[in-house]
Amino acid sequence: MLTYLPSRRSSITRWEVQVYEIIEKQVFSDVTKMVVVRAPEVAHKAKAGEFVIVRVDERGERIPLTIADFDREQGTVTLIFQEVGKSTMQMGMLEVGDGFANLVGPLGHATEVENLGTVACVGGGVGIAPIYPIARALKEAGNYVISIIGARTQSLLFWEDKMRAVSDELVACTDDGSYGRHGLVTAPLKEVLEARSGEIQRVWAIGPAIMMKFVARTTEPYGVKTIVSLNTIMIDGTGMCGGCRVQLKAGAQFVCVDGPEFDGHLVDWDLLLARQSFYRVEEQEAVERWQQLVRLENVA
Amino acid sequence: MAEFTIKERRQIPRHAMPTQDPLERRTNFGEVALGYSESEALEEANRCLACRRPTCVTGCPVGVDIPDFIVALREGDLDRSVRILKGKNSLPAICGRVCPQETQCEVQCVLAKKGEPVAIGRLERYVADWDLQRGAETPQVAPTTGNKVAIIGAGPAGLTCAADLARLGHKVTVFEALHNPGGVLVYGIPEFRLPKDKVYAEVGCLECMGVEVVTDVVIGKLFTIDELLTERGYDAVFIGSGAGLPTFMRIPGINYNGVLSANEFLTRVNLMKGYQFPEYDTPVKIGRRVAVVGAGNVAMDSARCALRLGWRRAKLEGGQPPDVHIVYRRSAAEVPARAEEVHHAREEGVIFDFLTNPVEIYGDDKGNVRGMRCIRMELGDPDASGRRSPIPIENSEFDMEVDQVIMALGTSPNPLVFRNAAGLERTRHGTVRVADAETGLTTKAHVWAGGDVVTGAATVISAMGAGKAAAADIDRYLKGEKAEAE
Ligand SMILES: Cc1cc2nc3c(=O)[nH]c(=O)nc-3n(C[C@H](O)[C@H](O)[C@H](O)COP(=O)(O)OP(=O)(O)OC[C@H]3O[C@@H](n4cnc5c(N)ncnc54)[C@H](O)[C@@H]3O)c2cc1C
Ligand SMILES: Cc1cc2nc3c(=O)[nH]c(=O)nc-3n(C[C@H](O)[C@H](O)[C@H](O)COP(=O)(O)OP(=O)(O)OC[C@H]3O[C@@H](n4cnc5c(N)ncnc54)[C@H](O)[C@@H]3O)c2cc1C
Ligand code: SF4
Ligand code: SF4
Ligand code: FES
Repeated sequence: MLTYLPSRRSSITRWEVQVYEIIEKQVFSDVTKMVVVRAPEVAHKAKAGEFVIVRVDERGERIPLTIADFDREQGTVTLIFQEVGKSTMQMGMLEVGDGFANLVGPLGHATEVENLGTVACVGGGVGIAPIYPIARALKEAGNYVISIIGARTQSLLFWEDKMRAVSDELVACTDDGSYGRHGLVTAPLKEVLEARSGEIQRVWAIGPAIMMKFVARTTEPYGVKTIVSLNTIMIDGTGMCGGCRVQLKAGAQFVCVDGPEFDGHLVDWDLLLARQSFYRVEEQEAVERWQQLVRLENVA
Repeated sequence: MAEFTIKERRQIPRHAMPTQDPLERRTNFGEVALGYSESEALEEANRCLACRRPTCVTGCPVGVDIPDFIVALREGDLDRSVRILKGKNSLPAICGRVCPQETQCEVQCVLAKKGEPVAIGRLERYVADWDLQRGAETPQVAPTTGNKVAIIGAGPAGLTCAADLARLGHKVTVFEALHNPGGVLVYGIPEFRLPKDKVYAEVGCLECMGVEVVTDVVIGKLFTIDELLTERGYDAVFIGSGAGLPTFMRIPGINYNGVLSANEFLTRVNLMKGYQFPEYDTPVKIGRRVAVVGAGNVAMDSARCALRLGWRRAKLEGGQPPDVHIVYRRSAAEVPARAEEVHHAREEGVIFDFLTNPVEIYGDDKGNVRGMRCIRMELGDPDASGRRSPIPIENSEFDMEVDQVIMALGTSPNPLVFRNAAGLERTRHGTVRVADAETGLTTKAHVWAGGDVVTGAATVISAMGAGKAAAADIDRYLKGEKAEAE
């Protein structure tokens, strides 16, 4: 929360920036990092499945990140992110004591958790972070939880222990076979669906859009409802711009206020993927510029 | 200073506003209207007849004492002029720039009957800018009353309500969802019409009066209206959350890349400063051929931003200058935007396609827009509201080649704020139903509302007027002079 403090007789607003301070940081891999951020009001309200929008500094863009965990007593929210572009790379350089200029939330709808019987949770890459509180809540609600987590390679896989603690069964896999099962998450998922045909009541999948698309395609023939958490490009996160819209069978919806969770069988995935890559050229430009700045700073 | 007779005053011609050359300004984001010089301001001020019963004031929703501030100005007492102006209007540098004066105060000026009205808005801007330049004086604030009021939304309605309540000694907190205060003034209206430093400076003046502005708070999510009134201990709440929800046409192809709402486009450009990418992180794309659908202020601003970014690209990288069209289903006579903005847009080279309505958008295999099918329209007989409604002409479809489509079709209130606000009624248009149209009191006890959230998209000054009326009523209620109507 940014409080604009009263200033005396000044034509320029002198606002005291109360940054959202980072009080803990963990590096999961070269590109995957976790930060625990002080934001007491947000922590007080947060629920599994919701997200926040952060801005690193006054020139930053607003980027959405899932609330991976929260601690109401401590007044903190935990964010886990993968460095994929300029903003996340810049975030990766923040240390304990630094902070975000802005953090707003909780946004979106919380996950609807109920006791369904047997369910599966699929987390891919950085998607393992947001699937964790969902798996935990499902377990607490009395479900039999089968979790499947995957990443491109071993160094990108994290929280296997935490996931195991909230799952009845767990499969870990890597695309390159460097750890666990060799292959994509859809293979063990298909086996589970086959082996326990009719038993699996619902599947949750969070990860790259392409992974969620194939998870939805895998479960479709079995008629198992599949909830995905969409990561469209966002700006405000409050329903004001429409930039996050997604095409569902019944019409367009806004991911930030109607989602972020949707029935994966209703999503127009190809359109979603196209919309996600709309700013690729600009994103690339921003990364190159940023890396150059960082290099210059290291030299100086 | 020499005194003028009324006849002499009437003979002074209205002073034109100096502006940046259209061919120059379409390549930059600098202000279009440059403001009066001191001598221009004084001469224009001399035109005012200082009417005993000034009709101009009746046209101003916040009741600025127009002749008084103008007379103070021409007497050289700018200090007094500022005090008079700010006595009624907390955001004069903003109003002086974006008020639709031609339909508000100026249309009511006696001089308008036979000639041209006094340029009230331009004089207001002159006085307000002088005040900001010297470092804005803080208005007098009454001793604290101990009452707490929560204001939702830091747009013109909320800020005005906050200023008036603070002046009366109440403790005011403004909650704003975005990261900067100002509402449409910062996310919608572009820099070249309203520099953001003017907005932040005027917000700064409110803070000098003790108003607390807290950004990054979405009411309905972080706190609800009910929580503000109970756990958070506010005695009254004012909803000034605007009408921020975009409308998309229900035509095929609306989700292709390159089709976006004016809200998204303008937010990227203005609030996020996308026009300064990559110095600022948020990118914004500009097509070579852009169609803006709609013809309100929002459409004009979108078209003129697209034009500027396109020209700048052409200048930097060479290549074709942009081709920016306003596509509107009625005719020129029905255009809802301010006349001055339409004029400026034309000067800068925006092309107007009247009596034209999109029916379908085409994309390529990558999901990007490549064209828009439109149909020609004609105007039918006036309907019940007196407006001539557009009717499609059969078999008149044609294709426009475009690579960006900006939808500027009007907005409605964002419903997020209404979560957990038991008893707060809304109309079928999604706006707040007010129990008392004069004061903005809603159907929920201790809650007032005003601005676009009540009227639907309107004007800065009408939102401010509503904020002002609500503040007066909240004050009466807090002082116990008025039992709340329930
Ligand atoms: C509801 C939601 C929750 C998310 N949770 C997480 C999370 O917990 N951890 C995590 O690592 N990532 C998460 N993301 C994705 C994350 O927001 C993007 O990775 C981030 O914005 C990339 O910014 P960048 O500047 O580093 O990369 P860029 O170079 O800007 O972009 C790289 C990729 O990120 C996407 N992207 C770019 N800008 C945005 C934007 N403003 N909003 C959303 N996506 C964008 C683009 O599609 C692109 O493919 C979430 C996205 C959404 C919508
Ligand atoms: C592009 C554009 C150009 C315009 N040009 C002109 C012009 O030239 N002249 C003119 O007179 N009028 C113009 N208008 C109209 C004018 O700007 C609006 O009528 C006016 O701003 C309405 O004021 P408001 O205070 O009611 O709402 P807004 O200005 O919309 O402010 C509402 C604020 O509330 C915040 N908010 C919303 N929901 C929540 C929530 N749940 N919690 C916390 N905060 C919330 C929003 O973020 C926003 O900051 C224009 C409008 C646009 C979009
Ligand atoms: S605030 Fe607007 S309407 Fe009122 S006097 Fe000033 S310009 Fe005219
Ligand atoms: S009506 Fe016109 S001339 Fe008379 S006081 Fe107002 S601005 Fe001056
Ligand atoms: S992010 Fe703007 S509407 Fe969803």
